[in-house]
Amino acid sequence: MTKSALIEKMAEKVDGLSKKQTEVIVETIFESVKESLSKGGKVEIRGFGNFRLRARNARKARNPKTGDSVAVPPKKVPYFKVGKELREMVNREN
Amino acid sequence: MTKADLADKLYEKIGLPKKEATAIVEMLFDTMKNILSEGESIKITGFGTFLVRKKSARKGRNPKTGTELEIEQRRVVTFKPSLQFKEIVEKV
Repeated sequence: MTKSALIEKMAEKVDGLSKKQTEVIVETIFESVKESLSKGGKVEIRGFGNFRLRARNARKARNPKTGDSVAVPPKKVPYFKVGKELREMVNREN
Repeated sequence: MTKADLADKLYEKIGLPKKEATAIVEMLFDTMKNILSEGESIKITGFGTFLVRKKSARKGRNPKTGTELEIEQRRVVTFKPSLQFKEIVEKV
């Protein structure tokens, strides 16, 4: 399912909100999550999961085309830890 | 940041009244939970993809006692951040 299908599904459920308005709201929510992490924060959605950053060490990699060794600097990556409720819901209908 | 803070952001950024903002934040994550529990993945452009993956059964051990046990086949959710999301946090 894509973002637009998700937005349609939500717009159906809410009275008095157009698809366009729902779209702006959903965009704003995901933008806010990204913003928080880009400032080093974390986002905790009870029942769904937590978004936070994880550190990755510097490493040596290779350019697959030329075979040259390249130094990759340390960096942060977004990490999502699934919440208990979601984990159980997904596993229930096997 | 929690769901309540996300609702505050909706008020600050687009003027959505707090009560409605709280309800819609709740609804977004509930809707996503329902979609994922049906085994369907969700792709949010510019943010990332929530994937439902099947893990096959395997043998494991109780780390405390060392007893061997069967870990059943299960479904798990994983998140693959979009390139754009990765780029904005890389140097944090």
